[in-house]
Amino acid sequence: MTRKTKFVALGALFGVYVCSQARAAADQVVIGDIDDMSSVYADVIGQGGIEAINMAITDFGGTALGKKITVLSVDHQNKPDIGASKFREWADQSGLTLVIGGSNTGVSIAMSKVALAKKVPFIAIGAGGASLTGVDCTPYTIHYAYDTTALGNGTASAIVNQGGKTWFFVTADYAFGTQLQESATKVVLANGGKVLGAVRAPLGTTDYSSFLLQAQASGAQVLGLSNAGTDFSNSLKAANEFGITKTMKPAALLAFLSDIHALTLQTAQGLYLTTSWYWDLNDQTRAFAKRFYAKMNRQPTENQAAYYSATMQYLNAVKAVGSTDSDKVVAHLKKAKINDFFAKDGSIRADGLMVHTMYVMQVKTPAESKYPWDYYKVIKTMTAEEADGSQPDQTCPMIKK
Amino acid sequence: MTTVFGVPLPAILGQLMLGLVNGSFYALLSLGLAVIFGLLGVVNFAHGAFYMLGAFAAYIGLQVLGINYWWALLLAPLAVGLLGVVIERLFLRHLYQVEPVYGLLLTFGIALIAEGIMRSLFGSSGKSYPVPALLQGGFNLGFMVLPIYRAWVVLASVAVCGMTWFLIERTRLGAMLRAATENARLVQAFGINVPLMVMCTYGAGVALAALAGVLAAPVIQVSPLMGSSLVIVVFAVVVIGGMGSIVGAIVSGLVLGLVEGLTKVVYPEASNIVVFIIMAVVLIWRPAGLFGKEQ
Repeated sequence: MTRKTKFVALGALFGVYVCSQARAAADQVVIGDIDDMSSVYADVIGQGGIEAINMAITDFGGTALGKKITVLSVDHQNKPDIGASKFREWADQSGLTLVIGGSNTGVSIAMSKVALAKKVPFIAIGAGGASLTGVDCTPYTIHYAYDTTALGNGTASAIVNQGGKTWFFVTADYAFGTQLQESATKVVLANGGKVLGAVRAPLGTTDYSSFLLQAQASGAQVLGLSNAGTDFSNSLKAANEFGITKTMKPAALLAFLSDIHALTLQTAQGLYLTTSWYWDLNDQTRAFAKRFYAKMNRQPTENQAAYYSATMQYLNAVKAVGSTDSDKVVAHLKKAKINDFFAKDGSIRADGLMVHTMYVMQVKTPAESKYPWDYYKVIKTMTAEEADGSQPDQTCPMIKK
Repeated sequence: MTTVFGVPLPAILGQLMLGLVNGSFYALLSLGLAVIFGLLGVVNFAHGAFYMLGAFAAYIGLQVLGINYWWALLLAPLAVGLLGVVIERLFLRHLYQVEPVYGLLLTFGIALIAEGIMRSLFGSSGKSYPVPALLQGGFNLGFMVLPIYRAWVVLASVAVCGMTWFLIERTRLGAMLRAATENARLVQAFGINVPLMVMCTYGAGVALAALAGVLAAPVIQVSPLMGSSLVIVVFAVVVIGGMGSIVGAIVSGLVLGLVEGLTKVVYPEASNIVVFIIMAVVLIWRPAGLFGKEQ
């Protein structure tokens, strides 16, 4: 082949490629799920999240605006660049109309920048960082389920009010951990408590004993675990082993049902934690859990339930507006009240945060647990205002002061 | 209260004790790596995966087969070691003649496959393995409570390291192994079955990793990713000790555990990189590692 023919052949191939990547038909709903599917947070949402989205689509009827609903999914591997570039690729080539982003605040912050650039609604579920609707807010970002502010308000205020006045934090050394510690610290100080110290442990540390000895040496009453996933499990496990839970009260600022299941009640009993949802709250939640269990063989986490709820809210908004136009859909979502099996008294604030009723839970003792996955008892039900305050986040540039 | 660098002495003693415990794990893991590298010249990237499989073998043994911790200490390394032998037989031995990077890629691939399989079977949040009844509770040392189990880990690890060192450096079998490393063809000419020896060595190195996994199971969450986070540090330990040096692996494992423990008090944020800083410094100063021989 001459050089010229090669060139032409390449050009033809490129043409075929471009045509095959043609955009989805106008007004077709395309939902992208970008989450950790294989690493530390994969049990929190992962495959169960995709299942929840599909359950919602099935319940909605499988079509929206007369066209089939498409679901795309990818493993972001906890890498912000992968999350952002996949988001961009789908927006450019696959006619993406909504992204649901899973665990990891770092990845979600990167994706929110793409949401703004591509004008595609982005519902963050699982990433805790309150900055997603604060300094990092965008008109297209909606933060569903919970944020670090609510988590701090729940667990920290419950424990301070029970007399746990002095705190020591073991914090995951990245955006999520530090934001969580900040919000819990505010609550502790506001309620007349004191923070005696904090240590920042690198993400993925396996041995927490050194940090825990420092916590014990501080003489604080409460051990604030400002981390998540395996970091949380390993730190609580070591706290038990070193007898630290005998002198200090452990407080989980973010723990999921999957973590408690992995740790077993023997280790986790008595722990306080804040959750946006629990499978065994009422008949509605149990009905969803039963369907989910039949498919995944485990009870859903709060985030997996939120995946279903968010998908349903979005599809209803598309139906109400009669188009997938991002601005119209988001405007509709921010007006609507959300009351379903997941959220009570839910609404989306101007800054994009979905506020709703949340729960402070205590992990049951093995004797209190009567059947499989019977793990939590409700200590306190927080109204949306108690969880997140009544005012939008003033650090969000969209909020006019 | 007495202080050192502004840190109270009891805190320092406590951290040194914990450093020793972690150092024991490093020593046990880097020992297996050093043996495999020294005798086979293979950079065994699957070492962390075998450590993880050892922990899971103990977990499955307990939950499914009712095998207790003490039997698991023996049976889990045996089972995983056998898997190592199979892998050596089927794949690894074809790569001895080519560049080391192929062995590295193969073992890395095996590690990813093993992790993937365990993740799809057990999920990513892991499983809990209880501390055996005999080793529950703790000693009060005055400056800290040392869980009996951790003390046991140090003892077990030092004993196993000592035995391995003795086997390789002081026995006839060890002498043959070392001779085969120097010149395999010559040793074979004396009528010694070198391929068999190499296969058993790989199996033994893998079994050491699995043993470390069983020892770790009651201490940390048994999860598919437990090995991959550790293996990189262990590689650094081996490089610092000198690739292939048995004594180097044991000593630098323990010492780096101590250094890491101290870092966790002085500047916790750096605790996961301090080993690599030391590695860089050692490589500049002594490219063959602390106990390695210049080639």
